[in-house]
Amino acid sequence: METQTITKSKKIIKTTMRISGSEAIVRCLIEEGVDIIYGYPGGAIMPVYDELFKFQDKIHHVLTRHEQGATHAAQGYARISGKVGVAIATSGPGATNLITGIADAQIDSTPMVCITGQVASHLLGSDAFQETDIVGISTPITKWNCQITKAEDIPSVIAKAFYIAKSGRPGPVLIDITKDAQFSQFDFSYEKCTKVRSYNPVPKTDITTVEEAAKLINAAKKPFIVWGQGVILSKAENQLKAVVEKAGIPAAWTILGASAIPTSHPLNVGMVGMHGNYAPNILTNQCDVLIAIGMRFDDRVTGSLNTYAKQAKIIHFEIDPAEVDKNVKTDIAVLGDAKESLELLLPLLHQNSHPEWHQKFKDLYAIEYEKVIKNDLYPTKEGLTMGEVLKEINIQSKGNAAIVSDVGQHQMIACRYADFNVTKSNITSGGLGTMGFGLPAAIGAKMAAPDREVVSISGDGGYQMTIQELGTIFQQKAAVKIVVLNNDFLGMVRQWQQLFFDKRYASTEMVNPNFVAIAEGYYIKGKKVTKREELAPAVAEMMTSKEAYFLEVCVEKEDNVFPMIPSGASVSDIRLE
Amino acid sequence: MNTEKQLYTVSIYTENNIGLLNRISAIFQRRHINIESLNTSPSEIEGVSRFTIVVFMDEVGMKKIIGQIDKQVEVIKAFYHTEEETIYQISGLFKIKSDLLFEEPKIQNIIKESNARIVTVNKVFFVLEKSGKREELKELYEKLAVFGIMQYTRSGRIAVTKDEMKISKMLQAFNNN
Repeated sequence: METQTITKSKKIIKTTMRISGSEAIVRCLIEEGVDIIYGYPGGAIMPVYDELFKFQDKIHHVLTRHEQGATHAAQGYARISGKVGVAIATSGPGATNLITGIADAQIDSTPMVCITGQVASHLLGSDAFQETDIVGISTPITKWNCQITKAEDIPSVIAKAFYIAKSGRPGPVLIDITKDAQFSQFDFSYEKCTKVRSYNPVPKTDITTVEEAAKLINAAKKPFIVWGQGVILSKAENQLKAVVEKAGIPAAWTILGASAIPTSHPLNVGMVGMHGNYAPNILTNQCDVLIAIGMRFDDRVTGSLNTYAKQAKIIHFEIDPAEVDKNVKTDIAVLGDAKESLELLLPLLHQNSHPEWHQKFKDLYAIEYEKVIKNDLYPTKEGLTMGEVLKEINIQSKGNAAIVSDVGQHQMIACRYADFNVTKSNITSGGLGTMGFGLPAAIGAKMAAPDREVVSISGDGGYQMTIQELGTIFQQKAAVKIVVLNNDFLGMVRQWQQLFFDKRYASTEMVNPNFVAIAEGYYIKGKKVTKREELAPAVAEMMTSKEAYFLEVCVEKEDNVFPMIPSGASVSDIRLE
Repeated sequence: MNTEKQLYTVSIYTENNIGLLNRISAIFQRRHINIESLNTSPSEIEGVSRFTIVVFMDEVGMKKIIGQIDKQVEVIKAFYHTEEETIYQISGLFKIKSDLLFEEPKIQNIIKESNARIVTVNKVFFVLEKSGKREELKELYEKLAVFGIMQYTRSGRIAVTKDEMKISKMLQAFNNN
């Protein structure tokens, strides 16, 4: 088989220059508008680093402390900027250390290009030093990947990589480049990729499906919208808001859809899913038309599929045809870009308000408030809750911070209680549930949006999975606000052990180090809070700090996150305690 | 939709790239679907490869898998068809001791009746080739096994569909865009 089929749209005669493959890689990145990359050097990628040294005025390379950190930082960068995040690593262990971040980007549709060095092509397959079949390993977790063994292929493959990573439903692309391809000289010219003949990133929206959807929505008595990250990825926030407001439809969000419509919007009824809000989960099974927009009916959203919204007609606005009917059988699938589809939908909708239906959400919210929210945000017990930390952050940030969370109890609390005024404010590992995501992702987020307040919220478990990235924060002077909600447990697993394994706390209790001392070891100012009266001033000090700041809050050890849909149960069986 | 398991022939038109086989087979592997047979070949379009994969599964799962194959960047289009919707063949090779060819008149009859073809003969062995349906090859195998088969192998299914698969039109539309 041929090594590479290169698709070129139109041949444009360009002046070429004779340069090395490694210089070409850097020039390609510059052509794609890349100004920050995250990575870690090593033998097989050294020629590229040598070029990065020469081009450091154009591309800022961020040396992370581990390649996994580089991928998560690139993800954080991509998620807040909407641009392609770039991570770079050497062959062998450098490449394999990227895998978790690539898998995370794949399942959370994050545009990312990873470049790995590879042993020289004559050594391929010979078990050479630091040789790993990274193309083989990364195949099932990349949107596309490719190995380059000839310098001449570098420009077209990198152009294709960026096009594929960011177009349609975004995702990670890995390009593996042998060392000889980096060294050899060739005539360089660059042309951006605008199409690939075997790839249709955005299916054309069929107007008749939009009309059918509008008819169903207009006739609905109890319509309900669940939106996901697709809204953010297609920049359809305003269109969604317009649809919601015109048709008066209560709208809930998946974890990755958070912040597309402000928390305070009266029609924003909260989060769906396992630890989502009470009303949207219960009423999923009472609505008559469920309008899913840019979401994929993840099992953490639907609970048991056998009892999920069976009474409702399902309309699915979706860019990826493979998601239609994958988990939930739809009545009307509107394929295409969410923004374009919603623009077509809006004029077809009748003005509506559904006051009785709204009242149901309000009534159920009141129950959740009484049973859960009040105790989380305004606890009367002695121990601190994670919720009140979020409440204090909200007060200080006025809802304008980007919240970067890790994975676990604190993540659910952060997503439930953080106030989001602006879109792209909730950066978290949704689909893969990658502990250790938060801290490095916050670095990328801060660098993509230096003017925004970026608060990294982790638990004591996940924090220690990528704690070494404090070094990156220190070296880069990234003004990330780092919060660790410490309950000395792997809290979410402990919660499950309590509820489903008769409190057998197998390997979930953590004996933790002096976190403040560790932060201070990296010259990051730190504070530990154990009492309620210390919390507000400490959060205020953190948020007003011009530099990175570490805040450890010791919270109640055995608090649980509620509401909760037990694994495999129906959304309407959501428990409040 | 059919929830009963049956044989489906999956036809995938693709770019001719290294690694694509891995990418496609991984989609079946994830769902724990055993691939009954697999064949790759050029297609009627220059530069376009064709995978022919046979799987035994239900249609609901088949549709989901086709969607996931179809969305791979280098897949031009993926289809699935039932047995009735395709014309298909497999081919088998039998290596048998030459003595039998001359000493066992029954074998000569079997060869004649089965429309098998002698590919080569030498002093030690002869090779028989038979194309047809899986059952026909099985039948021939069973008849010959009585006398002893030195080696036997069977190819993956190759299939064409009764209906048109509009790949050329798709590619033309792309080129005109």
